[in-house]
Amino acid sequence: MGFVYALVAAGLSLIFGLMELVNFAHGEFLMIAMYVAFFGWSLGGIDPVLGAPLGAVALAALGWATYHGVIRHILSGPMLAQIFATFGLAVFLRNMAHFVWGVDFRTVQDPWLSGRVSLGGVFVGLPQISASVAAFGAFLALYLFLSRTETGLALTATAQDRQAASLMGIDTERMFALGWAIGGACVGVAGALVAMFFYIYPDVGGTFALLAYVTVALGGFGNVPGTLAAGVVVGLVEALAGLLIPPAFKYSVVFLLYLAVVLWRPQGLFGRF
Amino acid sequence: MAGLILEARGLDVLLEDYQVLWGAHVDVGEGEIVALLGPNGAGKSTLMNTISGLLRPRGGEVVFAGRSIAGLRAHRIVREGVSHVLERRRLFPYLTVRQNVLLGAYNPAARAGRDEQLRRVTELFPLIESRANQLAHTLSGGEQQMVAIARGLMARPRLLMIDEPFLGLAPRIVDQIVGVMARINADGVAILFIEQNVERALGIAHRGFVLESGRTVLEGRAADIVRSPEIRKVFLGG
Repeated sequence: MGFVYALVAAGLSLIFGLMELVNFAHGEFLMIAMYVAFFGWSLGGIDPVLGAPLGAVALAALGWATYHGVIRHILSGPMLAQIFATFGLAVFLRNMAHFVWGVDFRTVQDPWLSGRVSLGGVFVGLPQISASVAAFGAFLALYLFLSRTETGLALTATAQDRQAASLMGIDTERMFALGWAIGGACVGVAGALVAMFFYIYPDVGGTFALLAYVTVALGGFGNVPGTLAAGVVVGLVEALAGLLIPPAFKYSVVFLLYLAVVLWRPQGLFGRF
Repeated sequence: MAGLILEARGLDVLLEDYQVLWGAHVDVGEGEIVALLGPNGAGKSTLMNTISGLLRPRGGEVVFAGRSIAGLRAHRIVREGVSHVLERRRLFPYLTVRQNVLLGAYNPAARAGRDEQLRRVTELFPLIESRANQLAHTLSGGEQQMVAIARGLMARPRLLMIDEPFLGLAPRIVDQIVGVMARINADGVAILFIEQNVERALGIAHRGFVLESGRTVLEGRAADIVRSPEIRKVFLGG
C-alpha cells in the first residue's frame, strides 16, 4: 500500500511545491477516480487495471479544470481564501457524489487479478501486489518526467523560484495548470488501482487524504522522492501495526509516528524548509 | 551614439496600493552600458522589474527595439531580447549549474541556437563546465553571480539587465565580473545595471540615471554625473 499512498501524496506534494497551496479536495479527487474506474468496469467492461490510464486522463482533466475554474482566481488572494476554496471544492465534490451516486458501497466484482500469491511464506492479495507495482511504475514515470525532460525541468524550476522561472521564458501559469493536471493524473491512477480491492463510496477520500497529508508532511512538502520514501514508511508501519495490535488501531500508530516526526523535524524527514 | 534600444518613460508603478515610481524614465542606446543609481528604496529594482514584465505599470510606456512591451508578461518579454538577472542571483537552488544555465535558453527564440550560445558563454564563464553537476545552492556568492549572468546570457539578449551584480562580493570577484561585463558589451550586448556605489558604477558605465523617491532626478554621461553637485545631494542628503 505504501506505493499507492506515495502516488496519492505525490500529486498533493507536487501542487504544494509549485504554488504553496494545499489541495484539500485531494481525497475527493481520489474518490472520483475510484468511481471513474468503477463505471469504466460496470458500464464499459474495462477492468480497473486497464482503467488506470482512463482514471489518469479523467483526473488530469479535472485537475486542469480546477486550476482554470477555481485556483487561478484565488492565487493572489489571502491564504484563508485559498484554504476555503479547495476545502469548499471538497465539500461540493463529496456531496455531489452523494447526490448523483448515492451512499451505497460499491465494489468491482471479479477483477482480472484476484486471489493471493505467496511471497516468501507471506500471502498477499494479487490485486494489492499489482497495485503496488503499478503505483511504483507511475511514480517512477513521474520522477523521470520531472528530472529528465525539458518541461519537467521547467516545472521544477517554477516550483523553486516562480519569478526567476518567468524570466527564463517559462509561462508559469501554464506550468501551474500542468502541475494540477499531473497531480490529478497521479491520483487518477491511484484511484483506479485502489478500486480493485477497496469499497467505493462518496466518503472514501477521507481516509486516504489524511494518510496522504501525513505522507507529504513526513516526506517534506514539495519533495517528490521524499514522498515515495515516506509513502513506503507509512505503508509498512500500517501493515506491521495491523499485525501486532488489533487492526482497528493500526492508523493510530501511523498518526503517532507522524506526531513524533513533526515534533522532532517539522520540515519532514527529507524536507528542505 | 546609435539609436536607443530601450526607452522607458513616464512610468507609474504601484506595489500593492503604495506608489513606488512616479513618472520615472530610463533609456539605453544600442551597445551601451548604463548604470541605474539611487539610494535604497528609490525604486531602482521596481523600475527594472517593470521593464522585464514582472510588474505591470499603471501608466507610462516601455519601448524595446521599436516595439511597445509594457504590459506583456515576463516570459514573453524575454523572447523580445531583454534578459533580466535578478537581485541576489536567484538561481534555482536545487537544480545543477548545468540545468540552471540551460533553462536560460528555455524561450523558443533562444532554444534554436542553444548549443552554440552555450559554447560562447562557457568561454566567458569556464566554471559552468567545471561545476556543471553541482547544485546551485552549494556555490559561493561570486560563483552564483557568474552562473546567474551566464544563465541570463543564454537567452541571447540584446539588452542584459543586472540588478546589483556586485552585492556582497569580494573586491577580487567584483573586478572579475566587471571584466566579464566589458567583454559581453564588446560583443554588442547593451547592459543596464543597478549599483549603490556611484563611483564604481560610473567607472564602468557610459551613462547613468539617478532615481530618488521614484523619480528620475539626474541623467547624463558618467563623467558629468560624478562631478555634478546634485549627486552629493541625493546620496548625502545635503
